Amino acid sequence: MELLIFGSLTDIIGTNKQVLDTPVDTEMLRASLLQQYPSLGKVPYFVAINKTMVQGNHPLQEGDVVALMPAFSGG
Amino acid sequence: MILPGFGLTAQENLARARVLIVGMGALGCPALQYLVGAGVGEIGIVDPDLVSESNLHRQLLYGPADIGKSKVAIAAGAMQLQNPAIQISTYPIAIERQNVLNLLEGYDLVIDATDNFQAKYLLNDAAAILDIPLIYGAVTRYQGQVSVFHFPDQDNISYSYRDLFPVEPVDAISGSCESLGVIGVLPGIIGCLQAAEAIKIITGIGKSLAGRLYTHDFLETTNYEIAIQKNQQIQSMTRDAFLLTDNHAMIDLDEIDVEEVSVETFLELKNKGQVFVLDVREREEYPPIDFSDAQIPMSELGQQIDSLPNKDICVICHQGIRSVYAAQQIQAKKNVKTYSLKGGIIAYFNKTT
Repeated sequence: MELLIFGSLTDIIGTNKQVLDTPVDTEMLRASLLQQYPSLGKVPYFVAINKTMVQGNHPLQEGDVVALMPAFSGG
Repeated sequence: MILPGFGLTAQENLARARVLIVGMGALGCPALQYLVGAGVGEIGIVDPDLVSESNLHRQLLYGPADIGKSKVAIAAGAMQLQNPAIQISTYPIAIERQNVLNLLEGYDLVIDATDNFQAKYLLNDAAAILDIPLIYGAVTRYQGQVSVFHFPDQDNISYSYRDLFPVEPVDAISGSCESLGVIGVLPGIIGCLQAAEAIKIITGIGKSLAGRLYTHDFLETTNYEIAIQKNQQIQSMTRDAFLLTDNHAMIDLDEIDVEEVSVETFLELKNKGQVFVLDVREREEYPPIDFSDAQIPMSELGQQIDSLPNKDICVICHQGIRSVYAAQQIQAKKNVKTYSLKGGIIAYFNKTT
């Protein structure tokens, strides 16, 4: 799967795009990212699969494009 | 104008429309200019700030000669020259829980051009309660976002900013343009998109961004669109519940420095008339005193901070502990210097009698 990273999350993860092995579901993805990048715990973000937002947990499939979107507040 | 789908009716709708723009910074300036250009009949603009030098690269309605002047006053003046037919109302105030509903009422549409989460959530919740379409915009470094909330999408579903982020994040996490820096053209693009959404909603042409979160990337000149999904846990908020919610739950009061003054310094400040003396003890507390300008018990302070004067305030209580907390609350909400009498009324009477 492909990971697209937006806003302030790119500072934490260090890139705006990443290809990874597909976790089982979005909760697993969040957990493994948090383990790798503990600062993610401080930033609320939502997950979208193939350009549709996910509420709660959702299974992931090979080939999915997953976006991580934090809240933007500047103006 | 000769544009298919944009005839006399569309122009009349614009002339009859009332739009409120909250925030006269890097998003609000371009949004205002294009709405004035389009002929929106009545526009309200809200911003408590004065123009500062660091604004000029991205807030193009202001020039060096405007530094220190009210943003809404300068913006209104410039727009009045541009299109004298338009009525512009200026509100040089910060939006707060207690005034936001009154501000929004009567407007057909609100543009969120603010730069902090507290304002964004207040606007979102108030627009939801009043059922007014809200055109959200925000930027962070090289990316910006636009969406339309509280306005039905093609499936007749309306979304809220709380569908994206149910709980208000702490502002320090994300930062503002002022603290992080931004290239002025990015909020310019986003503010123009907000004006475009407003014009589409007012005239009824095209397809609005309702139900879609549109993110523009400045560095790559790409955009990414996400279909928003309803968060079923979000319940609609009543006007009463909204007004009773604690406005400052998210502010870390410990970060606010309050100067604790001795009885001597307190007497000096008071005798020179430099401070408003506020007693925050409960009414039944002993002894009564005759040297305070007002008594607002700590338990009622939250609701009454707005009634305090805009001058330096020295807070007093029995021992000087509650008064520090009260002074922090006041300083968080009002932009005045606050003091706390060290040792409180006990110290006062021990020194003076």
